[in-house]
Amino acid sequence: MDLRKQQIAFYTALLFGALAAMGWGLKTAGIQGAMFGFFASFTLGGGLMCIWERSVVRSAFSLMATFCGVAGLFILLGHDFLAMAQILIYVGGILVLILFGVMLTPPDLNERQLPRVGLGVVAVVGALAFVGAKVAAVVNWAQAETLPPAETKAEQIGAAFLRADGYVIAFELAAVLLTVALVAAVYIARRKPSDLIDLTEEGGY
Amino acid sequence: MNDGNALYRFLQPHAPDFVPDWGVVLTVAIIGVSIVIAIVGLIALAGTWAERKVSAHIQCRYGPMYVGGWHGWAQALADGIKLISKEDMIPVGADRMLFMLSPSILLGSVFAALCAMPLAPAFYFGYIDLGVFMILAFSSLTTIGVVMAGWASNSKWSLYGAMREAAQVVAYEIPLGVSLLAPLLVVGTFNMVEASNAQADYFGMGWLAFKNPFVLGASVIFFIAVLAETKRAPFDLPEAESELVAGFLTEYSGIRWSLFFMEEYAAMFLMSVVTAFFFFGGFESPLSYLAMKSFGDGYVYQVVCFLTLAAKGSFGIFMMMWLRWTLPRLRIDQVMTMGYKYLTPLALFCVLGAGIWEAIKHAVS
Repeated sequence: MDLRKQQIAFYTALLFGALAAMGWGLKTAGIQGAMFGFFASFTLGGGLMCIWERSVVRSAFSLMATFCGVAGLFILLGHDFLAMAQILIYVGGILVLILFGVMLTPPDLNERQLPRVGLGVVAVVGALAFVGAKVAAVVNWAQAETLPPAETKAEQIGAAFLRADGYVIAFELAAVLLTVALVAAVYIARRKPSDLIDLTEEGGY
Repeated sequence: MNDGNALYRFLQPHAPDFVPDWGVVLTVAIIGVSIVIAIVGLIALAGTWAERKVSAHIQCRYGPMYVGGWHGWAQALADGIKLISKEDMIPVGADRMLFMLSPSILLGSVFAALCAMPLAPAFYFGYIDLGVFMILAFSSLTTIGVVMAGWASNSKWSLYGAMREAAQVVAYEIPLGVSLLAPLLVVGTFNMVEASNAQADYFGMGWLAFKNPFVLGASVIFFIAVLAETKRAPFDLPEAESELVAGFLTEYSGIRWSLFFMEEYAAMFLMSVVTAFFFFGGFESPLSYLAMKSFGDGYVYQVVCFLTLAAKGSFGIFMMMWLRWTLPRLRIDQVMTMGYKYLTPLALFCVLGAGIWEAIKHAVS
């Protein structure tokens, strides 16, 4: 099978998997279930594409589907602030930085060698079986009626961050830590004036 | 959840018995999306025509004068027909899938962001507590579209344009968000309708930028950051036509190319509207104050509010065009210096000042 046929087969399988997930969700939990199926297949499909695609930039772009799918799952859970923060930070910030790093690779599909599909399948299935068995043994699955009403408003989050009996100290410490990390990164990355002298014709400026 | 949708509230009592609830929801969704698409199309048509006219008059020319008769008003329509009928070309070396996907991502993110924009105090697609946060989140997706277009074109110019876009957006997202914090601090809500209602005092002129001097300063920073976000001159480095042919747009032609411009004008309008909502009164103006006083909050008030908002958005677009045809383009290192060294500290200073001002005001009163 050549590369193109493999691609088509992979994406067709992905599409049918997504449709099956949505149909199953619709059957078990109505519109909400269908939406869950949609977002879940977005998340997982993006992850699978990320592994499957041979071009590293395409892998990075497929992460966008994963992040957006996770944001959709947050919305289904009633955490709209988390969902929007997920899009703003992961897609608008982190993914752009990743792309900035890998963008200079050429769009050549033969660049990465064909992954050893059989070995990959064995590894993934083995890992999933192991983790699944562990999780199933430990977790006490929450029933729908025992879940607390999940509604996080931006107001509540703000109050929790800034009230004295909330997380104000942790919040401020995280802010200080991030600032220190930023300043340190700039300090390490910047050129000293002595490095610049050799770069100019006149012997520095 | 659907109670927040004005269309749903309007249609629900009139729905016949045999129509299920999800049918109403679907109808509302289709109408809402059609309205948003109509807005984007209208802005793109009016925007391209206005851009030509404004640029022409700034340069002492006339611009388009013939098509349609009155000042060439149909020029944009003629352009649209030309672009649709052009051959749709994809370069051989391009990554076809991403090349075709990127205009959709760009336009889709703007559509999603526009859905959070209320059109009148009682007409919105959702009474969203996180309105402006949602708009910022979705408009940050446009970067991905631009980077995708630049990389998928497999051309040096496009790639350079995409890299500049990525660097520029990462630099300017910080002052954009931080300077928006200053009015948010004063008004205390992300919700755009509530923010607008909070500015209705002083005969409709209690705009946040006039209530607190630091918010006025923040509005300037916000507007500069918006120019960089929407890739408008003097920050149009991603498409810098004198250096990079057309930057990330180089390999695009025909209708795909015009989709990029639809996105650009829609994003300009959207960000002007956000500026209006959180700095310059939103729906409120002396005119809407008069309408409120004489007709109550009925249809007249809603229409006046919508027109006020449209006027403010159009004025924002006009400002952007004015700046584009007045200022020379910055170099990339100047863009970075401006974003990191000047705008970010100034934005932080504005937030701090706005907070202190509010605290003093609170202590005095």
